[in-house]
Amino acid sequence: MLRSSILVAGAVMAALVVLVSGAAAGPAASSAFPVTITTAAGKVTISKKPARIVSLSPTATESLYAIGAGPQVVAVDDQSDYPKAAPKTALSGFTPNVEAIAAYRPDLVVASYDPKGLVSALGRLGIPVVLHGAASNFRGAYQQIRQLGMVTGREAAAARLIADMKARIGKIVRTSRSRAEGLSVYHEVSPDFYSASTRSFVGKVYAALGLENIADAADSAGTGFPQLSAEYIVSSGPDLIVLADTVCCGQKPSTVAARPGWDRISAVRTGSIVRIHDSIASRWGPRLVSFFRAMSSALARL
Amino acid sequence: MSATAAKVVSPAGAVRPRGIAPVWAVAAVAFLLGAIVIGVAVGPIDLGFRGIASSLAERLRIPGISSSLSATEESILWEIRMPRVVLAALVGGMLSLAGATYQGVFRNPLVDPYLLGVAAGAGLGATLAIAYLPDGLRGQQALPAAAFVGGAVAVFLTYSVGRSASRGRDTTTLVLAGVTVASFFTALQTFVQQQNADTLQQVYTWILGSIPSSGWSDVVLVLPYVAIATVVILVLRRVVDVLSLGDDEAASLGVDVRRVRLTLVVAATVGTAAAVAVCGLIGFVGIIVPHAIRMLAGVGYRALLPLSVIVGAGFLVLADVIARTALAPAEIPLGIVTAFFGAPFFALVLRTSRGAA
Repeated sequence: MLRSSILVAGAVMAALVVLVSGAAAGPAASSAFPVTITTAAGKVTISKKPARIVSLSPTATESLYAIGAGPQVVAVDDQSDYPKAAPKTALSGFTPNVEAIAAYRPDLVVASYDPKGLVSALGRLGIPVVLHGAASNFRGAYQQIRQLGMVTGREAAAARLIADMKARIGKIVRTSRSRAEGLSVYHEVSPDFYSASTRSFVGKVYAALGLENIADAADSAGTGFPQLSAEYIVSSGPDLIVLADTVCCGQKPSTVAARPGWDRISAVRTGSIVRIHDSIASRWGPRLVSFFRAMSSALARL
Repeated sequence: MSATAAKVVSPAGAVRPRGIAPVWAVAAVAFLLGAIVIGVAVGPIDLGFRGIASSLAERLRIPGISSSLSATEESILWEIRMPRVVLAALVGGMLSLAGATYQGVFRNPLVDPYLLGVAAGAGLGATLAIAYLPDGLRGQQALPAAAFVGGAVAVFLTYSVGRSASRGRDTTTLVLAGVTVASFFTALQTFVQQQNADTLQQVYTWILGSIPSSGWSDVVLVLPYVAIATVVILVLRRVVDVLSLGDDEAASLGVDVRRVRLTLVVAATVGTAAAVAVCGLIGFVGIIVPHAIRMLAGVGYRALLPLSVIVGAGFLVLADVIARTALAPAEIPLGIVTAFFGAPFFALVLRTSRGAA
């Protein structure tokens, strides 16, 4: 655990060095290819501005479109359902087929997993891969957007997006924190009570708002996604319930209220049940702002 | 051949099935009752023994006593914990009974309730439901039905393949057919799962097995199947002893081997499929419990089958207590607990019984 966090910290710092040196080059930096960035998979060098990007990561797809690199994207994986304009294909990020990816003749592949040596296999074909795994905090998420800006030649747009996200989120946090004071939240990943603690990325949203997360007490293993017992949820009586399993599993306020014993929970009594689209809650891209907005309106209703 | 048959009918014969020795019957019932008391008293939320006792007394309308639990604690006790204990008992009893029945019918001590492909078939059914039924609630609600149907289809296929190969006379053929059908269904299941990687987590948690905190609804769902299967098997328990000697011996004693075997297998399978449909795959119970009883009490099927129901029920209730309290307020999948605590216990029983022999 410790060693991996040191590694991550090292990677982030190395990336910052690259970033700072890139920024020092001035306004011409966006056309300053070749660009070298450092991700969890090591250094990646992009020799010229990519024109045929394949994204195997739904989060990266959202970010690429948000920074205006959409026209450079030729294919996205089967899970990339946002934005609608993205060229969704049958490519899989979980069980990727190197030949199928190579058939799109990409000059850059962005992925969030590296199953069965995907990165090295594409590397042998001379295709650079940016590996952006799940971010564990906002800094990591912004860093990925910044790096996507650098490798696509959309650095300025990426910087604007990040500044805009930070400003909007900062404003929501400032107005909502006082309302959230002393309130607790239960985030539901699936109807068998898998939840998200503060160690997870979504958990950072609740922490930023100052909500107490009932999953924290159950996350002794530190996975970020403990499975809670029903008894514990009912007895903790959270003030807010956030459902991130509305799409996958059809959960809604009425199904939650119908669960045995749940009618006693404060959030169920006051109707403080927030529905958040599964994909927004499981990604770490630009729609983070929508998540904050949903939370802020729920807190305003309380 | 006739010598073996003679042994069965001879009163002095070593393999003559015996009834339940009173001491084992008492021990088994005491174990189950103890397990239920622990199951109700222990949970991630401490309700206090006196609180539980007072709540129970109030529900039993014992005059002068009213529950000292808060409304929330009442809900936790009666709507979450109690049904979970009952469901664990039903499923544990069913899986052990089905395991013991299969072991007798197929004359193979290594057989478990999933032998004829119930698990693989139910797994495919559940995965198909998760992956292809419309997103949302209907998919969730259809899952147990899909798992049940999948399990039943797999066993039917196994039986058809086994029968056509050996005209139903050879149990080894049936077991091999089960292995074949199970691998085929597992392959299909893995393929569907791999094609729908987004559903991986849901399928995975289903396969790991657990007793859901779904209140009384799942108890009501499982109860009829488990009750009918248990009654059918227990009524036929003496015949299992005869079957375990071999088909020819059983036939010479006037048993309609094929029909009885089919009845037993169908009953055990239907009960297992119902348990699997609601709780996923809970391994090890169907093997470990009957064997532990056999080694400790050294009984024939006539006594083994009812003892399996009682001890299996208690075993799974205790295993579920560990699943919901060991890392409280987090949970551990039950299938992990049954194997983790079951395997060393079984090794111990194996060692002591061999040492004594």
